[in-house]
Amino acid sequence: MLVLENILLALNGLRANKTRSILTMLGIIIGIASVITIMTIGNSITSSVTNQMNSMGAANITLGVQQKSSGVEEDARGMSFRRGPQRDEMRDEDYITGEMVDDLLTVMDDELDVALRSHDLGNGSITDKNNKGSVNVSGVNNDFIKNENLEMVAGRIFTGKDQKEARKVAVVSDKLISDVFKIDNEEALGKQITVVIENQYKHYTIVGVYHYDTSKEVYSFSSDRATNMYVPLLTAFHEHHTKERYRDLEITVQDTSKADDTIKEIERYLNGRYFRNNESFEVVGFSMASMIQSYTEMMGTLSIAISVIAGISLLVGGIGVMNIMLVSIQERTREIGTRKALGATNSSIRMQFIVEAIVLCIVGGLIGIVIGLIAGYVATPIIDEEATFYAPINGILMSVGFSVAVGVFFGYYPANKAAKMNPIDALRYE
Amino acid sequence: MEPIVDARKIYKRYYIGQPNELEILHGVDIKVYPGEFVAIVGASGSGKSTLMNILGVLDKPTEGEYFLDGVDVSNSDDSELSAIRNKKIGFVFQTYNLISRQSALKNVELPMLYAGMSGRARARRAKELMAMVGMEDRMDHNPDELSGGQKQRVAIARAMGNNPAMILADEPTGALDTKTGRLVMDIFHRLNEEHGKTIILITHSPELAEETQRILTLSDGVIIGEREGKGHAGA
Repeated sequence: MLVLENILLALNGLRANKTRSILTMLGIIIGIASVITIMTIGNSITSSVTNQMNSMGAANITLGVQQKSSGVEEDARGMSFRRGPQRDEMRDEDYITGEMVDDLLTVMDDELDVALRSHDLGNGSITDKNNKGSVNVSGVNNDFIKNENLEMVAGRIFTGKDQKEARKVAVVSDKLISDVFKIDNEEALGKQITVVIENQYKHYTIVGVYHYDTSKEVYSFSSDRATNMYVPLLTAFHEHHTKERYRDLEITVQDTSKADDTIKEIERYLNGRYFRNNESFEVVGFSMASMIQSYTEMMGTLSIAISVIAGISLLVGGIGVMNIMLVSIQERTREIGTRKALGATNSSIRMQFIVEAIVLCIVGGLIGIVIGLIAGYVATPIIDEEATFYAPINGILMSVGFSVAVGVFFGYYPANKAAKMNPIDALRYE
Repeated sequence: MEPIVDARKIYKRYYIGQPNELEILHGVDIKVYPGEFVAIVGASGSGKSTLMNILGVLDKPTEGEYFLDGVDVSNSDDSELSAIRNKKIGFVFQTYNLISRQSALKNVELPMLYAGMSGRARARRAKELMAMVGMEDRMDHNPDELSGGQKQRVAIARAMGNNPAMILADEPTGALDTKTGRLVMDIFHRLNEEHGKTIILITHSPELAEETQRILTLSDGVIIGEREGKGHAGA
């Protein structure tokens, strides 16, 4: 009951002394607003970055063959030795072979899911009458295609036989069909197409058409955009007259959160078993998950830094509140004396002024939250166009909590001073 | 009949044990009975204010006993004194002492608020009291929108909030012109006559004191005279 009365009284007081109240609250407003702004921007961008990285395959590990760093190395016995001369050019034995991948998937069956095998044939062009379209041609396994989440609008993806026998078949986009051949997707099935890649003519039969999703375009400055054209994996290797081998490839894992450990294990296994005697090259892996993790850690560090700044700002704000409460109590000495004469106990006087300090801080905090949200809302798209506004609920709750805490902490001393006033002196105060 | 105020041998000293030790009251005896309207008069410096603070339990005597409404308040602690001021005493000050940021009605509610009365009951009683002092039209005005006489009427209504055993009025007309002062005095008489309220009026004005039933004269910290007043002549 008394608390409610005190809150109303305090709000009345705020309204009566607007300028003074705003100036007093400024420290708290700035402190809370800056935290909420940073948290809003941080949360919005983090969620967008995480989404982007996830869409790029956070669950995937990318393995690549990399030249070993030169210089002194220590072997298992702790003996250091200088590396021999290193090759820059990759030879046949430096690649990750299909057999190695098969072996790896068998050995680490529990951790790994599938290998997204692909072999790039490069950029090609397809011509029909006066129409020309360009395609990025790559040989892929069916796991790769499934991972692309293609929406098939006609035909099928590759069969086991297509893959095993390295058939000359292709899956192309509906954009290519409509741009170049100007026919229905269904009509395109079975059609022979000729692709010119690096001045070589290659012939394929269309077995499937997928829907080209323009919203997934990363760059949109060219209307004549190359779309992906898929052929069976072995077909692509045969075009280059090589066996199945990779300079890099992606492997999906069962548990994204353990990606870092899984990478280390893969590196240990492949380098130990297949690249042990390779003086020039080794297998290294990385994953989006570990990038997200380091990004999140970076944001965490930034948040701590901002929190420290906000803490200092709140401290200064709190001292401001304490100061204005001391002034207010001085000014209202007679009021305090009167209240005591009317029967207010020390504790009810103390509560009145603590509530007043808390109200001051909460109102300041709420203003800060609103300003912070608006600032975050405005700033987020400037920093990252794709980020969607995301209000930091935890931050808001924490801010309100901190406002109350600042009010209690910095309001107690003045309130206690008021409570302990001698009623006679207070009544007589001019 | 049991007296409402029974102060025996009240001494008040300041700076005790220091070279400038000062004794303001030198053993004052006062008894006030229920329904009485008593005036305490004295020049400034006579110890009036000090005595009023002690009678209003805003201060404690250095020596002596004080029974208020039968209860020994000499040894009460701070929170007990707060409760006594709240329930047993209604203060009316020369300077009104209304809380400026609250409406007249809220001011009248204050003692009831501290007594823990519910919001609805407070508002009802406060309105009754405002009507009693003829201020029902201006209940929602803040004190700075009221004239001196109006403020003092609100203050009297506030003093009556918890229906106290006595009203302690310290120069209640001191800041008012004669006409409004008269009006305020009439309200006190009405409270005394119609509601049987015990009133102690502290004043330096002999004319006002004459209106009461009994006049105690305080000089240099002792009661030097006690006589009957002429009483209320009627408004």
